[in-house]
Amino acid sequence: MKPWIEKQHHLIDFTAQSLARRKGKSLGLLVVYTLLVFVLASVSLYTHALRNEATRILAGTPEIVLQRLIAGRHDLVPPGYVERIGRIRGVQKIEGRLWGYYYDSVLKANYTFMVAADREIAPGEIVVGPALERTRGLSEGNGISFRSYSGELHTFIAAEVLPHESELVSADLVLMNEADFRRFFAYPAGHYTDVALWVANPLEVRNVGVKLLDALPDSRPILREEVLRTYASIFDWREGMMLALLSAAILAFGIFAWEKAAGLSAEEKREIGILKAIGWETGDVIAMKFWEGFLVSLLAFLIGYVTAYLHVFHFEFTLFAPVLKGWAVLYPSFALTPQIDGLQVATLFVFTVLPYTAATLVPIWRAATTDPDTVMRS
Amino acid sequence: MRPADRVLGATLLAAALFGLSFLDAARLRSAHEPALKRTEELVTRLRLTDAVLFTEARYTRHLSQADLHSPFQDHPVALEHFPSGSLLPPPRALLKRHEALDREAAPSD
Repeated sequence: MKPWIEKQHHLIDFTAQSLARRKGKSLGLLVVYTLLVFVLASVSLYTHALRNEATRILAGTPEIVLQRLIAGRHDLVPPGYVERIGRIRGVQKIEGRLWGYYYDSVLKANYTFMVAADREIAPGEIVVGPALERTRGLSEGNGISFRSYSGELHTFIAAEVLPHESELVSADLVLMNEADFRRFFAYPAGHYTDVALWVANPLEVRNVGVKLLDALPDSRPILREEVLRTYASIFDWREGMMLALLSAAILAFGIFAWEKAAGLSAEEKREIGILKAIGWETGDVIAMKFWEGFLVSLLAFLIGYVTAYLHVFHFEFTLFAPVLKGWAVLYPSFALTPQIDGLQVATLFVFTVLPYTAATLVPIWRAATTDPDTVMRS
Repeated sequence: MRPADRVLGATLLAAALFGLSFLDAARLRSAHEPALKRTEELVTRLRLTDAVLFTEARYTRHLSQADLHSPFQDHPVALEHFPSGSLLPPPRALLKRHEALDREAAPSD
């Protein structure tokens, strides 16, 4: 075992020196390779963590949300609807939800106005999400005016700011009491935006959904399971502009690496010829080149992955965040919890390290098995 | 120092950092756990249904509540034009929904 290790040690010595002789080329390859792994790992770590966090947090959404549709559009739930749902067997709890959007022309941003189901908010007061605190400079006790759709100005006092830690779900929220909400949007009395339902037996949720459709043909039930599935597929790897753009980069790298690895330069061919002429065996030449490909790609993978990890979980995905934020003025700022999928890391390793290592070996094997004299002359 | 030792040293150092990233992930997970629990409770209490990822369009703000028409509702033959719409796939359940929940009638002959 020991002589084998010693031999590999010498081969790596030789490889390192040969790489050092072509310093610019080797460093260039390492940098490009590392960057590619960095980008791929960043996207993969971010989407996986976001997907996990969203599905975990949203596990507490209402079991069924019932919307009413008119001509394919979401419409208000009229009075009497809630009572009709109450007659369906299996429904345990029903609540009308009141929420809507408000476009703030000062900031050119959309807020979500909502009546809080969990707290009593005094008339004229609001509870705001952390993004509003940041962008409108609102803090507890400050006043803010919103122009309603009827043209009147309504002034509210911010009574509380929701905690920053829950920004992923609460960034743009403005919570108020029911009377204020109805007055602000001139909401007809007894109408709701939609209805939240809870079912006694979790196995019955789907059946209750079907019964709702039969009893209220103009309704559209959205099951919790569907909400979770929506977020489970969020930023799916196959979808998304970013990966579409990335595919061009991956292809470019593929060509670059293939060209670098598969096509031997005349200098490299001469080097192999000389090595063989001075007594190196074919196996030694292949082992030397294997180390070259393996070490470069392994180092690129490790450095790329570690920097991607730091970028996503310690620097809040700063470099790619503008792409994800789109044109939205209000966006949440949150620190994701690292959820790392071992299989994903392994896949990234296999797809980055193995092809390059393999691509270096084929032409070397071909050159190393031919006669040194022919190799040097060609 | 031999060149091989330098190369192997750098690789080992990178591998150690790689290993450390998993330890750091475990540490951050336990540090974030209480906040995640509180957020989960907030979602239950406020009856929230969606994550605030993109606030620009209503079908990306409340992704799970959107229907297939909302991105194209501005006028007939409208094109979906919000940048975030190109990042988010339409909810999968939406594409399958009628098959799963709508009336289960046999097709007429």
